[in-house]
Amino acid sequence: MTNAFLRLTGISKSFAGVQALRDVDLTIERGRVHCLVGENGSGKSTLIKIIAGVYQRDTGEYVIDGKNLARLQPIDAIREGVQVIYQDFSLFPNLTVAENIALNEEVAEGRRWVNWQQVRNVAADALAQIEVNIPLDVTVGEVSVANKQLIAVAKAMRQNARLIIMDEPTTALTEREIRALFSVLRKLQERDGVAFLFVSHKLDEVLSISEKIIVIRNGKTVSEGERDEYDRARLVYDMTGHSITEKSYDFEPDLSQPPLLKVENLNAEPMLNDINFELRAGEIVGVTGLLGSGRTELALALYGMQPIKSGRITIDQKPVDLRSNRDAIAHGIGYVPEDRLSEGLFLEQSIAKNVVVRTIESLRGSLGLTDPAKISGQVSQWVDALRIKTADPALPVNTLSGGNQQRVVLAKWLASNPKVMILNGPTVGVDVGSKEELHNLMKKLAGEGMGLLVISDDIPELLGTCNRILLMRNGTIVEEINTKETNENKISSKLIED
Amino acid sequence: MDQTAPPKRMSLRLPFDFYTLRLFIITLAIFIAFSVLLPGKFLTVLNMKSMAVQLPEFGILAFAIMITMLTGGIDLSIVGTANLSAIVAAMILTGLTGADGTGGVPLAAAIPLSMLGALLVGSICGLFNGFLVSRIGITPILATLGTGAIYTGLSFVLTGGPAITTTQLAFIGNGSLLGVPIPIIIFFVVVIISVVILNRTVFGFNVYMLGTNPKAALFSGINSDRVLLGTYWLAGVIAGLAGIIFLARTNSAKPDFGSSFILLTVLIAILGGVSYTGGFGTVVGLVLAVLSIQFLSTGLNMLMLELFPSSAAIFFRQFAWGGLLLGVMVLNYYTEKRKR
Ligand SMILES: Nc1ncnc2c1ncn2[C@@H]1O[C@H](COP(=O)(O)OP(=O)(O)OP(=O)(O)O)[C@@H](O)[C@H]1O
Ligand SMILES: [Mg+2]
Repeated sequence: MTNAFLRLTGISKSFAGVQALRDVDLTIERGRVHCLVGENGSGKSTLIKIIAGVYQRDTGEYVIDGKNLARLQPIDAIREGVQVIYQDFSLFPNLTVAENIALNEEVAEGRRWVNWQQVRNVAADALAQIEVNIPLDVTVGEVSVANKQLIAVAKAMRQNARLIIMDEPTTALTEREIRALFSVLRKLQERDGVAFLFVSHKLDEVLSISEKIIVIRNGKTVSEGERDEYDRARLVYDMTGHSITEKSYDFEPDLSQPPLLKVENLNAEPMLNDINFELRAGEIVGVTGLLGSGRTELALALYGMQPIKSGRITIDQKPVDLRSNRDAIAHGIGYVPEDRLSEGLFLEQSIAKNVVVRTIESLRGSLGLTDPAKISGQVSQWVDALRIKTADPALPVNTLSGGNQQRVVLAKWLASNPKVMILNGPTVGVDVGSKEELHNLMKKLAGEGMGLLVISDDIPELLGTCNRILLMRNGTIVEEINTKETNENKISSKLIED
Repeated sequence: MDQTAPPKRMSLRLPFDFYTLRLFIITLAIFIAFSVLLPGKFLTVLNMKSMAVQLPEFGILAFAIMITMLTGGIDLSIVGTANLSAIVAAMILTGLTGADGTGGVPLAAAIPLSMLGALLVGSICGLFNGFLVSRIGITPILATLGTGAIYTGLSFVLTGGPAITTTQLAFIGNGSLLGVPIPIIIFFVVVIISVVILNRTVFGFNVYMLGTNPKAALFSGINSDRVLLGTYWLAGVIAGLAGIIFLARTNSAKPDFGSSFILLTVLIAILGGVSYTGGFGTVVGLVLAVLSIQFLSTGLNMLMLELFPSSAAIFFRQFAWGGLLLGVMVLNYYTEKRKR
């Protein structure tokens, strides 16, 4: 094919005993949108890092723009016009938007003094190029994830990108933000002929935006072809090797039982307003709403991390006073946070330590000392139960693939066996097959008497696991929906009506 | 999910990690080099004993620095704390027994009392640091810089300037048990206690986790305030113990003893592989760093005396410490880069 911009053949890569990629082929065509899909740990992020020159491949050929490159450093890839936007964006949170976009160039041009006016002009120009509007003088730490994404795109375009690679760009975005992002990208594609390579676990999104699809499984290319050759079932089959059917949760609440958690007239900082609901043992209740609807704030308030102004929270029929999350934990509430990298995980510490961080107190033996045998027992129990894909739980969590890291966060909380579990985006970044497994696990835990509150953007996920869904808007619950009497479209349209 | 066999669970654990292993080799190399360069001088029982009494002075303090660094902080007040503890111990000793040991209270009671006094002073200093860091939220480096000055100032107030001398603890400083100098025995007791605390207690576990990611620690329900308070308290107690060693070794307590120890112990901690951003560092690494610094100091001293008996030795020793640290860091940089 003459239109190939980048062609990889026979790429392999291993890490200390783990074969992450074996014999992968991949072709990127100029000006087209490609999607790379595969299960957690199948090697997508590794492949991207090889394309970017961050990792050195063990074997294989790398031909870009007709040139065969033997060894590749990140700077070589950038010169060839390859720009990668990782999940952490590689932006500096304490610099302003303008500085993040333009400082690179100032440095690259070898200027000794920074011309601040120039920095602002360059940044303004870069944002105008991609036709978005973000204030230049706020620090990047303060802007939304969606805007960070766009800032990274603007920065990439300033560096003459010909291929922009985005690793799971949409996991933390809402529907509306995803649409905004893609309309910007389409423009760049049409106007500047930029090619794109995305990784995503949201299959509907993959099917709607991509022109070419590449599926990898266990570090091997399984199929590569035009969008039209695929449908959802084929994608799932290629990714997992088998097909999946999801059934919805059937739970008849036992109304004679008192509720496990009861929230009455709750008002809390910064925006929660008159929240009322109940959660019974064995129930899985969903919470959804647009960004800024107050769903995360609700979770934090129940977890003792937002000051409560008025109202009552009752657990097991006893009113509780939640001044800190340690109070909440003491009352049997667990919380799987939204942002696994900063709030959920100790990335540089071992998988084992991350799993037992909640339960270490109970893993003590003689003299009150921690017992290595008990620890490794609990660790292997959860590594097996959640199928965390690792060679050794003593390895740091940051050697795991994104989806496997998410499982570690879940393991950590499940190990502590709370009465009420609040899950904020429990399956973010988890592949379709494993999602189903995690959903089954949630149902099993509910069956054993846990009450689960699931916050998610993923409507099919809520429909598949919850018996009721609470719809939030402007800091309050506007509707309680019985899962049996609704469908995805109904909820989606309710979400956007004002 | 995967239809293929699950990945083999092979163990990648070595008894030491790679960094510690390399430090061990470096330490051994320094030891061998001086043994060869200084025949009949370095590798002698006498020299081993003399190093064994010198090393605990700063070696014990290094543990105080290490534990605070593990939480992502630092304690710059340890030398101030140690001196204040030594002074209080000396005052108790001389007050109870008289300067010549013929006072009212028998030595068997006065000595434990003075040691208790030193440890108590260390505790109080440490708790105050911990309070400032955890409750008030002052950056550790600033808080302990301030308290260090206060503790040293208090020492001057207590003594009025000159040293307090007492030889009552010389039996610790110069004594030995079965031929092993007592200071090094105390050092190894501290080593063992540190291993247990850091690796086998919930507190130690939390120290590492808090140092790795304070935000995740908060979300995981770790009581950061309590962990920090405990950490600085422990650092204070260790400094108090070091104060007892100071007094026992020099037979005197003065406000400005060992002022070079702060930088030295920070250097040792970094050399020993303790991460200055927190969360990582092992007792084994620290012990190796203490040993290599002691070998280097003693060996260079002897070498300089042999070559040109001048005062340049002191300068050169610091030069070598710095050189060793930078050398190891550069080595780290290149091995990290190659591992990609
Ligand atoms: N630095 C590393 N050290 C050891 N193993 C690694 C390292 N990086 C990746 N791996 C392993 O390589 C495999 C592929 O990981 P990779 O991150 O590429 O998966 P992925 O397809 O991006 O998965 P996900 O969808 O979960 O993000 C995994 O088994 C992972 O544990
Ligand atoms: Mg990934």
